[in-house]
Amino acid sequence: MSPPPVRTLSELAVGQTAIVRHVRGERRTTVRLLEMGLVPGTEVELRRRAPLGDPLELRVRGYALSIRKTEALGIEIDAAKGTV
Amino acid sequence: MTTAAPTVLLAGNPNSGKTSLFNRLTGARAKVGNYPGVTVERRAGTLTRGGNKIAIVDLPGTYSLTARSAEEQVAVDALLGRGDAAPDAVVVVTDATALRRGLYFVTQVLDAGHPVVVALNMMDEARASGLKVDAKRIAEALGCEVVETVATKSAGIDELAEAVARAVVAEPARVALPATGPATRPAGGPVLLPPALAEAVASIEEVVRASQLVDGAAAVRTRATWALLSIGDDDLDVEPALREAVMRVHQRARDAGRDLDEELVAWRYGRVDATLEGAIAGTVDDRKSSSNRVDAVLLHPLAGLVVFAVVMLMVFQALFAWSEPLVSAIEAGVGAVQDAVRSALPAGAVRDLLVDGVVAGVGNVIVFVPQIAMLFAFITIMEDSGYLARVAFVIDRVMGGVGLHGRAFVPMLSGFACAIPAVMATRTLESRKDRLLTMMVVPLASCSARLPVYVLITATIFDPSKKLLGVISVGAAVLLAMYGVSVVATLGAAAVLRRTVLKGPRPTFVLELPPYRMPSIRDVLLATWQRVKRFVIDAGTVILALSIVIWGLLNYPKNEQAEARFEAQRAEVTATVAEGEARDEALQTIESNAAGEALRDSAGGKLGHLIEPAIEPLGFDWRIGVGIVGAFAAREVFVSTLGIVFDVGSADEESKPLRDALVSARHPDGDKLMTPLAGISLMVFFVLAAQCMSTIAVVRRESGSWKWPALMFGYMTALAYVASLATYQIGRLLGLGLA
Repeated sequence: MSPPPVRTLSELAVGQTAIVRHVRGERRTTVRLLEMGLVPGTEVELRRRAPLGDPLELRVRGYALSIRKTEALGIEIDAAKGTV
Repeated sequence: MTTAAPTVLLAGNPNSGKTSLFNRLTGARAKVGNYPGVTVERRAGTLTRGGNKIAIVDLPGTYSLTARSAEEQVAVDALLGRGDAAPDAVVVVTDATALRRGLYFVTQVLDAGHPVVVALNMMDEARASGLKVDAKRIAEALGCEVVETVATKSAGIDELAEAVARAVVAEPARVALPATGPATRPAGGPVLLPPALAEAVASIEEVVRASQLVDGAAAVRTRATWALLSIGDDDLDVEPALREAVMRVHQRARDAGRDLDEELVAWRYGRVDATLEGAIAGTVDDRKSSSNRVDAVLLHPLAGLVVFAVVMLMVFQALFAWSEPLVSAIEAGVGAVQDAVRSALPAGAVRDLLVDGVVAGVGNVIVFVPQIAMLFAFITIMEDSGYLARVAFVIDRVMGGVGLHGRAFVPMLSGFACAIPAVMATRTLESRKDRLLTMMVVPLASCSARLPVYVLITATIFDPSKKLLGVISVGAAVLLAMYGVSVVATLGAAAVLRRTVLKGPRPTFVLELPPYRMPSIRDVLLATWQRVKRFVIDAGTVILALSIVIWGLLNYPKNEQAEARFEAQRAEVTATVAEGEARDEALQTIESNAAGEALRDSAGGKLGHLIEPAIEPLGFDWRIGVGIVGAFAAREVFVSTLGIVFDVGSADEESKPLRDALVSARHPDGDKLMTPLAGISLMVFFVLAAQCMSTIAVVRRESGSWKWPALMFGYMTALAYVASLATYQIGRLLGLGLA
């Protein structure tokens, strides 16, 4: 059996919450995302999409952070506690 | 002992109210300049406390000490005392409503080993949202003073000033970490890292120590951790040995399946969480926060776009139309000064230089002030209220398509009113490459100074009231077409430059959407005033100098024979024609002829002849060439210069004599000069050419070198020439618009 596919933040529906597992991509982007608080174990909610569909608004560590879909594709997530 | 005032750095996240706090601490008298070598603004002021003076230097807002460009490096260099002397203390401003992210940066600054004071700003908001923050506990955990402030309401400023005064004479803080034991930092030494990380950092520290660029254990640690996160995938100029060491350490970790970036940042956030353990309470349901409710409308898929369009239209309308009365008043004022100087001095070269060179040149500078002031007032209000980040959020998808950041939208839009404030507005962009790219293409946006040119030429070559397909007037259709050309050129040039000269990945879009806040009028006025002042001093001097050069070109050398001839004509008319309308008219004709003759004999006139062979294939003759030379002062000057060349005296785009003169103008072989095709070619040239010395001056100021305005002038002129040439020659081949 192959391992379950890795889910990324881009698959989250608006209003859903998840836990950051790992941030991958170019270092100039990943370090930035990490330092903005998206370290493994952090709870993150997809709050809304921009009117034109991209970028996304996240809720992380008590503040609103906006990133593009391409960056969200590099943020691996686990299901949040208490969600199925 | 030096007698120099101690220096305190003011650092903090963007949107943390750092600028407000700076203004309150220093009484708003800031000296604004640039950090050496980079075009990052450096603001310095003085805090006076009990007769002692403390110099406060405002660092650029940043979320961390990581830096991938020379500009971002300003903050870490300042902390490490590279370039300037090391600071005596550091104030870190944090947004109490986003404390975890703020404290991440605080721990980085603490580790640099200077005495630190933390300002918990926006405490009122934090309290209102139901958040309980125990400043005392945080202070104990961090081992430094923590002061609660509300900068926009001037609350906590005295307490902060006192803490700063204590800090500058204090020993560096001892960081005690509740998570890992009472004292994880040996006296004076850097904070202990977890063993796995410590080993990696230690090998970089060794290289840092060997380079002898920084001194002291804390500084060495700061530079090593900075290097670990910053080097690789960067635009930095660092010692090869350090770069090598960092790459090696990362590679070794990767081989072992580790990610050092993640480990280091996660460790630091672990420290933050431990610091706030028990110091922060109250669950905040931010879904019910007023900001979230406002965003439900302002970022709504439909309503959000409508609000965006309305706000942007308002900004544009302000620049385009509301600034007009002020601009007219300034022009009238300059005219009055010119008259006063003219009547106070005897006629001669000195008077001409003062009146038409210097005073008119100063006018050329201050005429931009209303638009600059309006745009920066708007930008500061939008930025401080939190809406500017939403503007970027809403429009990023469109801007990202041509390799630009959502934040580039406001400067681009402003460019359609005037390139000068627009180029200055590129300061709101974080990355230098984004700034340069936006600056390079903004002058292609069809600004309001091009309008008189379009109006004059359209009226000359078409009947502007004629309707196309029965609905749209020819005049409107031409305007639309010109704006179309301009938009395509602007976006196309951005896409091309992004792939060539300013090559780079699409800028990362990682943007905080701060809570909505009421901007402080005082801060808005101050920011606006500082912008205007910098423009007048820095760009203004260049614009003034260029104004005088262009004036000289169009007025010298004088042809004394011709002047004597016209003087004789004047005397004859005065002697033979009775006083009255007929005499005035005859004298007016002589004036117009004399002005035309003088312009034709001037260096500028000769330049028109000189470039004629080059512009003939575009459908222009030397007279248009003189107009183009004159238009370098400002595009609309093209119209008045043509008025003089065609002997109709002072003219604007509506003046009938100039239109008639243009309609009846002929080439030496008798062919019509302003055929519809030649007119369109001329308008295409004006859309694309860098015909504006003020833009060049302001790009030079904002980019910090002559290289960028030179590139801009070069590529825009080439683009204008080729497009105009193609229009004219293809049109001729197809036999279009020849009569």
